[in-house]
Amino acid sequence: MSSTPATRAAVRRPKYYDLSLAHLPPGGLASILHRVSGALLFFPGLPLLLWFLQSTLGSEEGYRRFAGLYAHPFVKVVLLAFVWAFAHHFFAGIRYLFLDMHIGIARSPERKSAIAVMVLGVLATIAVGVCIW
Amino acid sequence: MVKQYTKNPVGAHYGTRGFLIQRFTAVVMAVYTIAAIVVIAMRRPAGYAGYKALFAGAFGLFTLLFLAALLYHAWIGVRDILMDYVKPTGVRLAFQFVVAAMLVFYFIWAAALFWGRWA
Repeated sequence: MSSTPATRAAVRRPKYYDLSLAHLPPGGLASILHRVSGALLFFPGLPLLLWFLQSTLGSEEGYRRFAGLYAHPFVKVVLLAFVWAFAHHFFAGIRYLFLDMHIGIARSPERKSAIAVMVLGVLATIAVGVCIW
Repeated sequence: MVKQYTKNPVGAHYGTRGFLIQRFTAVVMAVYTIAAIVVIAMRRPAGYAGYKALFAGAFGLFTLLFLAALLYHAWIGVRDILMDYVKPTGVRLAFQFVVAAMLVFYFIWAAALFWGRWA
């Protein structure tokens, strides 16, 4: 603190990058989660969904095999991860449709709706979790 | 004298088209999602027979439409992600080619699964 501005500028200081997500505003966090959830739904979500549909619709044996898999707690956790990804993408996407129409773009409603969609995504996941457990 | 602007502006509103298709397919999927939850809650399909019967009729047709919207939506979304993070043009085009090929394959797969199921 005692150094003059001139000497301070001459000193090469290490760069400090704070990558903590906690410093993102809610809108930014909802946005990156929208991207992450979308990527997860594309892969491995999409091929898993088609594989599931083919196996279960194809034969009763395949249907029974998936019913057996479904009893496994690990499978339910994986399923809930996709439920969260879908729910978050769904609610955050609807928020974007409103923002596109210039509804709720002021800072205060924008922050509130970002928090709301993240909470809704988690609540929907908990609700499905309670139903399937 | 004002110098004439000779550079070709990028694209021909391809971005706008992608933006609009992304919104349109999103609305289609959102409507299907809500409708599917209502239909399943009302019909409460039981066992393999009930599950299979669920996709016979309009629900099977709308499921295929949902999947078609999903694949187009996924194309625009993944393309945007690749454009943001994969900077070398050749590498990005290679990724985009693989993604496009996957999505076309998924579409054929989905169509083979559901085509005619509603008859």
